[in-house]
Amino acid sequence: MSPVAGREVVLETIGVSKSYPLEGVVVNALCGVDLRIHRGEMVSIMGPSGSGKSTLMHIVGLLDTPTEGQVLLDGEDVSRMTPNQLAALRNKHIGFVFQAFNLLPRTTAQANVELPLVYGGVSGPERARRAVEALERVGLGYRTGHFPSQLSGGQQQRVAIARALVNRPSIVLADEPTGNLDSRSGVEVMAMLQDLNAQGITVVVVTHDDRIARHAERIVHILDGRVRSEEIVAERVLAAEELRSMPPEEVAG
Amino acid sequence: MNLPEAFRIAMRALAANKARSALTMLGVIIGVAAVILLVAIGTGVQGEITGQIEGLGSNLLFIVPGQYSGGMGGDQAPPARRLTLEDADLISRKVEGVSAVVPVLQGGATIKAGNRSMRVVVAAGNEQGTEVFTSTLAGGRHYRRSEVQVAARVVGLGSRVAETLFPGKDPVGQRVSINGQRFTVIGYYESLGGGLSGDQDSQVYIPVTTAQRLFGVNFINTIVVKAATADDVERVKSEIRRVLTPRYGEEFTVFTQEQTLGLLSDLLGTLTYMLAGIAGISLLVGGIGIMNIMLVSVTERTREIGIRKAVGARTYDILSQFVIEAVALSVLGGTVGIVLGWSGAAAMARFTPVPTDVTPWAVALAFFFSAGVGVFFGVYPAWKASRLDPIVALRYE
Ligand SMILES: Nc1ncnc2c1ncn2[C@@H]1O[C@H](COP(=O)(O)OP(=O)(O)O)[C@@H](O)[C@H]1O
Ligand SMILES: [Mg+2]
Repeated sequence: MSPVAGREVVLETIGVSKSYPLEGVVVNALCGVDLRIHRGEMVSIMGPSGSGKSTLMHIVGLLDTPTEGQVLLDGEDVSRMTPNQLAALRNKHIGFVFQAFNLLPRTTAQANVELPLVYGGVSGPERARRAVEALERVGLGYRTGHFPSQLSGGQQQRVAIARALVNRPSIVLADEPTGNLDSRSGVEVMAMLQDLNAQGITVVVVTHDDRIARHAERIVHILDGRVRSEEIVAERVLAAEELRSMPPEEVAG
Repeated sequence: MNLPEAFRIAMRALAANKARSALTMLGVIIGVAAVILLVAIGTGVQGEITGQIEGLGSNLLFIVPGQYSGGMGGDQAPPARRLTLEDADLISRKVEGVSAVVPVLQGGATIKAGNRSMRVVVAAGNEQGTEVFTSTLAGGRHYRRSEVQVAARVVGLGSRVAETLFPGKDPVGQRVSINGQRFTVIGYYESLGGGLSGDQDSQVYIPVTTAQRLFGVNFINTIVVKAATADDVERVKSEIRRVLTPRYGEEFTVFTQEQTLGLLSDLLGTLTYMLAGIAGISLLVGGIGIMNIMLVSVTERTREIGIRKAVGARTYDILSQFVIEAVALSVLGGTVGIVLGWSGAAAMARFTPVPTDVTPWAVALAFFFSAGVGVFFGVYPAWKASRLDPIVALRYE
């Protein structure tokens, strides 16, 4: 049985295309992509570099708008929305994890995690409490006052994950979340994403790495801006088990 | 997001770049301090000079030779004929409602007592001079009518002259020589204080007749007339014209004290506005500095803006963040500038002869102007920041 059978669609693209005019030539980053993401699933979008994965993730994450086609969030078409309405939707429904972490420099881990709450109108002790709670969830409860420059790459990415989940989004989008990390930190980040998914959060992982992609239940293969095939992962990689088989002295702090 | 939140974010951003924030503020600090200080000097000088003229006593008229057309132009020809003691006499005899007529003659001289000497200004009048000038006797007496009539060699000393020639001694009754002629000191005066009037303490007072002999002239510089009441001033003025016209034609001018005051305060007021304008330009330059830094800051923080937008910042949130940053820079700079300008003005009044007067309107103007500069020059960079496409901002290297 398909892992997605019977589950409600949380995010859907219908015939989404994106083209960039570049020095007279038009670059088609995406051509008619139909994609459905179901509530509670963990899906990978996989393809080689330049295949359009990031472009797709930005459109799905309401950061970018398609040249053609529609994006439906919880069944609602977002194409006619204003930038401010989109900002409010991102704030409420979507959490981002980027390859380059994208934390605010010279800003503490806690303040970084509080950011979505700031723009979501949560203030005072409630905001601090939720930020600390999110940091505890990614195992960084003791690093709330550290600046990004004082944290390892793996820790920075975990702060980014805490920021992505602090506003209880319906979906977390991760673009090459392990791309800048050593292998152990990468596995830890994947373990965290799998853990979130186990708690019911929809997770989309964008990657060019087959092994990373196999942490999901389902893989969407894209090439040259088109969906080539979909695959149900037969033997899902469980990051928690991988961690156990790794040498223990490399314990990341 | 609410205002205190935006304020906190802006403050954190400014604190993260302390040196740059301080340097940016410097432009506004200098501008505001310059406005406060220069306006304080303008107002102070204006107050002191008008105060001095008012201090001469009220209801005064001044008669000078030559034609003055009202303006303070400097291209008048030297007077063809000087006024004389006879003119003063004529006025006191023929003009009604006059309580004093003082012929005035001034000139430089050297005064000696023993082996001490100094350069002084000799100011000469008649016994009615006390009605017109406000210097206060510290000891002795003024010269008398009889002494004016016989051109007696008696002298009253300004406070600095008395101190220089007779330190720690009572000068009354002492002998001095002025330009080689022997005089008896009959009185000395209290100091008129520092400020621009410092000069008056270096004057000596002798009868006008004595002064004419001393300088070897038969004319006087000015006639000062005091009308009995304020209502008499205009009538006295026209009567003086009537008396003097047959003798001088149009070659004399009568100023009332009010005219002189009005003329001076017009001139000094214009000067104050000019100073404020010059200082305002430096404030403007400070504002452009803010705009420049804010533009740099927006470019530098493009990625930050992208991150904020990705997690839900709206156009308004980014706009207010950057405007508040610019306004905080200018208001902070403005406040420091006010403190600096104010203390500078106070120090100047204390340690230099230049009088200063910090007026509330100058402070308020400088403050609101600097805040306005922040808003005006901060809005464009902030607008640029708020319009950034989140995805372009995130991809920015
Ligand atoms: N802003 C842009 N302007 C022009 N071309 C772009 C832009 N963004 C992406 N592209 C092009 O779109 C294609 C897909 O890019 P991207 O989505 O980043 O690929 P991936 O993430 O799979 O490596 C690439 O050929 C890239 O050069
Ligand atoms: Mg990519």
